Amino acid sequence: MTHQEKRAWIMLVVSMAAYAAYAAIIVSRADGQPLPRVPYATVLLWTVGAAIGASIVAETALGVVNPRASRLKDARDRQIGQLGDYVGSSFVVIGATSAMLMAMAGWDRFWIANVIYLCFFLSAILGSITKIIAYRKTFPQW
Amino acid sequence: MKPTRVTNSIRSLRFAHGEMTQAELAERIGVTRQTVIAIEQGRYSPSLEMAFLIARVLKVPLDEVFHYPDPREE
Repeated sequence: MTHQEKRAWIMLVVSMAAYAAYAAIIVSRADGQPLPRVPYATVLLWTVGAAIGASIVAETALGVVNPRASRLKDARDRQIGQLGDYVGSSFVVIGATSAMLMAMAGWDRFWIANVIYLCFFLSAILGSITKIIAYRKTFPQW
Repeated sequence: MKPTRVTNSIRSLRFAHGEMTQAELAERIGVTRQTVIAIEQGRYSPSLEMAFLIARVLKVPLDEVFHYPDPREE
């Protein structure tokens, strides 16, 4: 497994864990009241920060566990990286457009912030899965 | 999306060339071993420049390494 494929796996696992933790905390805090009344901002920032920190720790740990592993990034890695980023970026556009329309329609800030976070999460997941499939199966030819 | 129709003889040429390992070939052309594996298995089409590099390392012409099906033979 190349270093870039390991990074894609780390991104997938960390993103899923961070969003699952965020969703679980918000739902548990709701306790029957409407979701927009739940204080979400601190939890959101902490889970995003923790995900970034966990990714750095995981990548560092990989280097410590197997210091001889190659970190070479070649043309295939770059092409797969670009494909994953291209696929994942669609959700960033969907999130931004949704947030803009929701703001215009006067939706609560809770929903606007959460649709953006959800789309960031889906972008990371879809991008990572695309990269992993491209590494494991055939790189698509058009 | 469609799989590549390009086939190659890298594996047999490696063995004919002093049983060169995938890791050695990868190092000579500046890619990861996983990329050499993917090319050998037809899961990745290298760039033209990388294809020429592979042929040069294996000391054979390009068309001995990579093959494209002739439509008359299909």
